Order: sequence, then structure tokens, then C-alpha cells
Amino acid sequence: MPYTKRRRLVRTAVAIALGATTLAACGSESADSDTESGPASLTYWTWTPGMDKVVDLWNKGPGKKDRITVTVKKQASGDTLVTKILTAHKAGKAPDLVQAEYQALPTLVSNDALADISKTVGEAEDKFADGVWQQTTLGTDAVYAVPQDIGPMMFYYREDLFKEYGLTVPTTWDEFAEIARKLKKAAPGKDLTTFSANDSGLFAGLAQQAGAKWWTTSGDQWKVSINDAATRKVAKFWGGLVKEGAIDNQPMYTPAWNKALNTGKQIAWVSAVWAPGTLTTAAPDTKGKWAMAPLPQWSASDNSTGSWGGSSTAVTTDSKHRAAAAKFAAWLNTDGKALNALAKESGIYPAASNAQTSGAFLKPPAYFANQADFYTKAADIAETTAPAAWGPNVNVAYTTFKDAFGAAAKSKSDFGAALDEMQADTVADMKKQGFEVAE
Amino acid sequence: MSSLAVHQTEPVAGSTPGTAQDRPPLRRRIALMPTVTLLLGALYCLLPVAWVVIAATKSGRELFSTFTFLPGTGFAGNIRDLSAYRDGVYWQWMGNSALYAGLGALLSTCVSAISGYALAIYRFRGRETLFNVLLAGVLMPPVILAVPQYLLLAKADLTDSYLSVLLPQILFPYGVYLARIYAAAAVPADVIEAGRMDGASEWRIFTRIALPMMIPGMVTVFLFQFVAIWNNFLLPYIMLSDDEKFPITLGLFTLLEQGANTPALYTLVITGALLAVLPLVALFLVIQRFWSLDLLSGAVKS
Repeated sequence: MPYTKRRRLVRTAVAIALGATTLAACGSESADSDTESGPASLTYWTWTPGMDKVVDLWNKGPGKKDRITVTVKKQASGDTLVTKILTAHKAGKAPDLVQAEYQALPTLVSNDALADISKTVGEAEDKFADGVWQQTTLGTDAVYAVPQDIGPMMFYYREDLFKEYGLTVPTTWDEFAEIARKLKKAAPGKDLTTFSANDSGLFAGLAQQAGAKWWTTSGDQWKVSINDAATRKVAKFWGGLVKEGAIDNQPMYTPAWNKALNTGKQIAWVSAVWAPGTLTTAAPDTKGKWAMAPLPQWSASDNSTGSWGGSSTAVTTDSKHRAAAAKFAAWLNTDGKALNALAKESGIYPAASNAQTSGAFLKPPAYFANQADFYTKAADIAETTAPAAWGPNVNVAYTTFKDAFGAAAKSKSDFGAALDEMQADTVADMKKQGFEVAE
Repeated sequence: MSSLAVHQTEPVAGSTPGTAQDRPPLRRRIALMPTVTLLLGALYCLLPVAWVVIAATKSGRELFSTFTFLPGTGFAGNIRDLSAYRDGVYWQWMGNSALYAGLGALLSTCVSAISGYALAIYRFRGRETLFNVLLAGVLMPPVILAVPQYLLLAKADLTDSYLSVLLPQILFPYGVYLARIYAAAAVPADVIEAGRMDGASEWRIFTRIALPMMIPGMVTVFLFQFVAIWNNFLLPYIMLSDDEKFPITLGLFTLLEQGANTPALYTLVITGALLAVLPLVALFLVIQRFWSLDLLSGAVKS
């Protein structure tokens, strides 16, 4: 990611906010007047399937009235899109609107790619849970995006097999470990679940639940605490289970993993609200046999979850019609009609709280037809999402996670060392990029 | 492409024991090793191809649940789903790839032929320097140039257009290099001299006399460049944002990366990848005779 190397230009989130405000002030005259009067034609980079149909609703409805037309340009998701946006921004050619995962926002903001749209979308704040909204402000007064979808984490398990082996649904992680051991004793060929290092979002979400805050700012310095006590606890827990062989150590999303879920070799999965979609393709034969429960807690009195996945709609600084673009972003993610269409066409789980139990979410997903209150339960869980703390080089931390934890899981060795490696790599990269990092 | 490379080596592998037959039996036993090695290599290259072919016949339900090399029943369904995806945008990608690769390779072959011919035939100041710069270009992976090219084309307001993918791929240093070598070997100086004596213009000599002699070499350049453009990912990825202009490589990537909450469309990607290789296979089969001509002419000369 050569484009994140903006030396010392942007030191802290606060400085970023100031910088963006000044920039916004420079361009505000043209931007603001454009909304009220002139027609605006906006481009929107998104990977959400079916988004063109949702945008059609805007172009034929509110967009027509305001003469704001949005064109969808479908992209591939992931870190590569962030690079592409930054490359385009370098040439001043970034689209007006982009879809961005929450953990990518600090990277985009520290490259001055995202505009502060607090003036236009500020009042949307109360439609979202605090923990969700906070991810788009980066702890400043600015607002860099409107939340679109979220991925609150949950515990999925095979209801029938849990009954067969006399297992109870775990409410704490200690119980989770005991159940894993109990199952291993009853059926040595089976595993409760696996620890997979090929999706860093899972581990980040688990750490978030435990109360970890990987990136924070104090004064004009960043503080990186990937190897803090909370994360260490999570790493030790999973590393211990892998080491004693209570759970599997094979990665997820492989054909072997699909097969393990489909044949009941693995009988539970720590995942997020979007799991039904994945299970539909991974384990088609076990439809209707799964159930969802809240994530186990670290102590019986806790009630929190992490998030895995989720994205937002942001306006770029290259946009000549920022206010118009922000207006569309707010409509897309708060308007009832738009959210209904997003749920129907794209299958997303909305970030807006009131949409989580209406429209398409009155009925459980087809795969979970046996659990009628799936989405009511999901909405309750979503409300308990712990705050996230992302930094400007999440991609580096994630890459090291995959390498270090992947190797540690494979060799069943110490997860603590892998965690330290992740911390060291992340700090080194931030320093290289010119950020001030507190030791 | 790998499968085709294997096709090429197969006759060689087969002929090794053939020639060994005339020799004493001791030599024959030694030839077993290379044969086995090559067969293993062929297997290594062909197994993934076989996997793609078989996986493309499986429906979404069968893909991960049935035995890997057991053909499925969903091939027609997969093609139907692929054609239906976003109103048949897949075939649009296929058409785009054909345009980028076909037109791009044709233009770059023309440029290579002219420049290679000029470098081989004419003596002028700085010719070797120019050629060396070109050689440096051969060593430079095109991936490095993608971002600077994007920034350059952004200045000319050409990004996100068909031209933005075509233009950077027209100059193909390796093609110019091959064309020079080939022209130097295939076009005798006497023939050009004779043409000049008869009063033909330089352009006429090039198009009527030299070019026909260079055809086999140019077919090679065309093929190389066609495959390179067909398989190119990074340049179109950076240049294009409108998915109706995407080539097949980018299109398949978007099918795979649908976002965390949407499962990847594996069956569509696998079927799409299989179909995307077919034009390359067809092209190689059709143009292969020019190639054997090329190899033959080289053999006769030596």
C-alpha cells in the first residue's frame, strides 16, 4: 500500500478531522449550492449485489425530485478496493461515493480520501446504535460515512447433535471449552468447531468482545495495543483449545471445512449474523438443523458481542457534489423503502436499528426456518455490540495475523508469540508511514 | 495456458523412448527417468485443469459434498445461471476480453513488426542504445507500470474507457525484441537490396517482401500478446471502474469477492473460468500450424 505513505501529514485522528474540515470548507461553497439547485450526476463504487436495483428506487424517486442521479459501478470487495480507491484519489478521479468496510475508514481518512459529511447526515445518528455510529466518526466531531450493514457475532450450533451428545448451549467461554472437551470424549472423530486464521475479522471481533481496543489516540499520538490483556486472554483461550486438541485447527471456507459442516464433523460455528448465507452454500444438507444463540461471554454477568464484517457508505473528497452525495448516502441507509430493498435485493443485515426487525426481517432466514425469532434475537444481540477501535493500517495487522496465527494454529504452538508479532509489525509499519506512535 | 504447454511437450516426451530404441538397452533404462519425470510434470499441470472441467459440471449442492473427481449434473444449470447473472454481463466480459486481446494483440503485432524490422535492417545512430533500452523494458514487469500508466491516463481523462486498457498494451517490448531477431534471421539483406534495385519504395519492400517472410514470427508475437492481454488483471483492474467494460479476469474476480455477508459464487466462477479458457485453446489449435512452420523453418536453416 504505497499510497498510505503520507509522511507526517496526518498524525492523529484529530489532525485528520481538522484537515478534512478545512478541506471541506474550501469546497463547501460549490458543494452546498449544488444540492439545492443544480443537477448532480454521481458515481458509486460498491460490491453489494443488487445495489443497482436499490439505486433505481432513488433515481426514480427522491433523486428525480432533487435531480441527483446515481450510477452504480460494481466492484470486487476487500482490501484491494481500498487500494484502488486510493490510487484513483491520487489522480483526483475517485468516485463520488464508495462502499467501505468500517476497518478501512481510518486508512481512507488518513489519506484525505473521505469528506466530512456531518452537516448533511448528522441527524441520522440516532437511527444507529452508538457502537456502530462511533465507527464512522473515528472519535471526532466529523462524520466520514453512513453505516450500511453490520455483522454482530453469534454462536451457531447443530441443535440435533447438541441434543444427541447431551451438550448445553454455552453461555460463557469456560462452558464453551468444557463442551468442546465433552464432545471430544463422547465422539473423538468430531470437533465442536475450528480455530481458523484465514479471516482476521473473526479474531478481531472476538477481541473486541473481550474489550480490546487495538488502536487509540491520545494527544497527537497513536497507541497500538493489539497485545493488550483482553486480546491476550482471547488468544490464550483459543491457543489452549487448539493445543490440547479439543477443537480443530483447520482453516474455514475450504472444501474440507464445508464438508465438515455438511456432514456434522464440526457441530458449531462462531460467526456473525450473515452466517445463514454461508451455511446455505457450505452445508446445504443440514438446513433446518442449526440454531443461533448469543456469543458465549467472558463472565456470566457480561453481555456483549463483537462484530465481524459490515460496511458503510462514504463520500470522497474528489466529489464535486459532496452534499448531494451525502444526501443519497443518508437516504440509502436510513429510508425504510431503501432498507427494505437492500434486504430483499442484496441480503444485507441493516445497520439502522429500526430496520432490523421490520420488513424482510419479520421472518427468519429460510435456512433457519426452525427458529422463528431469529431476527428478534439478532437485533437484541446487535444492540450489545462492543465499540470497535480501528487504526490506519488494519490491513497490515490482518496480514500478520493470517501468517503468524496460521502458522501457530498449524503447529499448535504459542498464540501469545503470534500476537506479539502482530503488535510489532503493526507498530513498525505505522512508524514507517510517518505516524507518531506511543510506546 | 499450462495445459497447452504440456501438449507441446508431450510429443517430445513420447519421442525420447522412441529414439532410445535403436540404442543399447542400458541407455533405454536411463531414459525411463526423464519420461517418468515429464509424465509427473504433465499430471501436475493437467490435474487442476481436470478439476476445473469436472467441478464445472457440479451444481452448487454437489460442489463440496460429492467426490472431487466425480462429474456432477449441473453443467447446463451452471451455464444458465452464469448467462443470467446481472442480465448476461458475463458474455459482455467475454466480448470485452476478445476486443482487448484481439485488437490489442493485432495492434501490438503491427507495432512490433515495424519496429523490429527497422531495428534489424536499418543502421542508424543510437540503434543499439535504443535496442538496449527496449531490452530493459523486457525485463520490467508490466505490473510495475500499471499505476504510473493510470496516473498518466488520468491526466488525459482517458481512465475507465476501452482505450485506457488498449493503449498501454500496444507497445510490447518483448514483441519488438522477437520481431527484430526474427527479421534479422528471416529477411536476407540481398532480397531487400534487390527490391531497392528494382526501384521499390521502402514501405513497399517492407509490406510486400519482408512482411510475408516475417509472418510465422509475427504469429508468435500475436499469440504471446493475446494470451498476455487475455490474462492481464492489474492494468484493467486499476483503469476500469464500470463493470460493463471489465474483461473476463476482472469480472470473475467480482463474482468471487461479493463482500463478507454474501457467499462467493463458486459454481459460477468455476464454470466462467472454464469457458474463459476455451477461446485460448481454440486460438492455439487454429494458429498452431503457423507455429510448426516457424519451428520447421528454423530447423531447416540450422
